Amino acid sequence: MANAKYSAAGLFIRGARKKTWPRVWREAEPKKAYDVVIVGGGVHGLATAYYLASNHGITNVAVVDKAYLGSGGSGRNTAIVRSNYLTPEGVAFYDRSLDLYNTMSTDLNLNVMFSERGHMTLAHTDSALRTMNWRAEVNKLQGIDSSVIGPQEVKREAPSLDVSANTRYPILGALYHPPGGTIRHDAVVWAYARAADSYGVDLIQKCEVLDITCEGGEGSESDSADGKGAGGKVTGVKTNLGDISAPIVVNCTAGWASTISDMAGVKLPITTHPLQAAVTEPVKTFLPTVVVSGSLHVYVSQTDRGELVFGASVDPVATYDMRGTLAFTEELAGHVLELMPGISKMRLLRQWAGLCDMTPDYSPVMGHTQVGGYLVDVGWGTYGFKAGPVSGEQMAEAIATESMPELIAPFTLSRFTEGTLVGEKGAAAVGH
Amino acid sequence: MLLVPCPNCGPRSSQDLTYGGESHSRPDPKTATPEEWRTYLYLRDNPSGWLVETWYCSSGCRRWFKLERHTLTGELRDPILPGSKTGVASDEATNIQGGTK
Ligand SMILES: Cc1cc2nc3c(=O)[nH]c(=O)nc-3n(C[C@H](O)[C@H](O)[C@H](O)COP(=O)(O)OP(=O)(O)OC[C@H]3O[C@@H](n4cnc5c(N)ncnc54)[C@H](O)[C@@H]3O)c2cc1C
Ligand SMILES: [Zn+2]
Repeated sequence: MANAKYSAAGLFIRGARKKTWPRVWREAEPKKAYDVVIVGGGVHGLATAYYLASNHGITNVAVVDKAYLGSGGSGRNTAIVRSNYLTPEGVAFYDRSLDLYNTMSTDLNLNVMFSERGHMTLAHTDSALRTMNWRAEVNKLQGIDSSVIGPQEVKREAPSLDVSANTRYPILGALYHPPGGTIRHDAVVWAYARAADSYGVDLIQKCEVLDITCEGGEGSESDSADGKGAGGKVTGVKTNLGDISAPIVVNCTAGWASTISDMAGVKLPITTHPLQAAVTEPVKTFLPTVVVSGSLHVYVSQTDRGELVFGASVDPVATYDMRGTLAFTEELAGHVLELMPGISKMRLLRQWAGLCDMTPDYSPVMGHTQVGGYLVDVGWGTYGFKAGPVSGEQMAEAIATESMPELIAPFTLSRFTEGTLVGEKGAAAVGH
Repeated sequence: MLLVPCPNCGPRSSQDLTYGGESHSRPDPKTATPEEWRTYLYLRDNPSGWLVETWYCSSGCRRWFKLERHTLTGELRDPILPGSKTGVASDEATNIQGGTK
């Protein structure tokens, strides 16, 4: 079942012999039963499946997705990775993810094009500068390369930025994080899919979960006898391709998390908002780092192909609609030109949106719930791509050991009723 | 663009209003347990479908009101000011179909 290894020699030989490439993963039919069913075929679901198999030998696993693998946020994000968060819990967690990303190309034998180009969060106000200093100190204490730099150093790192004092939002400094950068998001999806498949995990596309079956629970809001909710236990899922029984069901559906959780009778602290992004025509490389501006609600990086990729903060009105808006493009263009007046002649090629599962404290919701066998890995908001590897690794451990690993213990669902939130807004509201 | 029908001012661009989010009843602060209070503060239904929500007409009449919106199709219906039992809106403001233009 193991996949053919990718290598330079293999590429040359296949090219020379004009051989076609084998399928990257099998097209699987759902079996009647699995040990674990993972709902959602994005980075999080696929990584969880991979680490269940590779770290814990649990291979009787299905990943089901209502569309195609990577069709959610995992194929729509702006691919930024970093670990310069605000809380010690957040920093430790995201830093582990960067470690896994650093060795991913060799670990999974697929080039994920990690470009460690540095990440700069601009400060335009005194209060922003204060948060940057705070973050830098928290980061340094945990061994993260992160410091506050002045406008002249900003200019040196990214010469196209207007650092003059005559702008509406003058650049007073920046939080600079050299290990941050970008990674090809599709490649990450494919790498985990291919690796999980090689362990025998079934990846089932166009398989929509319609209900989660439970027994023994106190009942859901709509039906008090359906066995869902607190005290209950998962028995399987109903899908458009038939019923699948499983003692463990994991919700990795990001923007759709509430709709799945509702099926188990578990209410989440989540609202779904669209996040839009846009990309320009390609030009010669001139922007060496990722640049984020919280005050201007915009961030930008340049791809290897030379396109500028822009993102913003989420749209204010909650919706499951993924259409882009003109209001976004207008606002984006205005703000980007304040930062980089020199690019006013560049043309936008495309814009798109994805759904973000926003939590009140800008931290994720992970682990076991009040329903036995129903686990969540959600609340990824606008920052979940970078967290894919560590989340998969830790969720796999949570499933295999039936406990909460230390690294994700702060992110339990119960923190919202216990009042122990992990406030990351200062580091996650715009700068994905 | 979302055209939001304020019961007083009629349809306005959503950018002229402030979104208040999901509408749900507030437990009595005098008797609620911390757990009930936090459930009210943080947990949400967040349905993909019809949702009763609150809006604030921040650059118009400056009143809060409720309406129902379909979170997938963008349809809007039944704007209602607090205290009134039925929609008090003028005909043109109610039942705007396909609110996303
Ligand atoms: C425009 C944009 C830019 C972003 N930029 C960044 C960034 O720079 N850095 C960063 O770290 N993060 C970023 N993010 C956030 C990141 O993309 C997400 O947090 C992450 O991709 C979530 O991954 P996931 O695997 O949990 O979910 P997703 O990739 O969203 O996958 C969820 C899957 O669940 C499936 N699903 C839903 N309902 C059902 C059902 N009923 N049955 C079966 N399957 C179902 C969907 O089809 C989907 O494929 C961005 C997001 C967007 C939208
Ligand atoms: Zn009004």
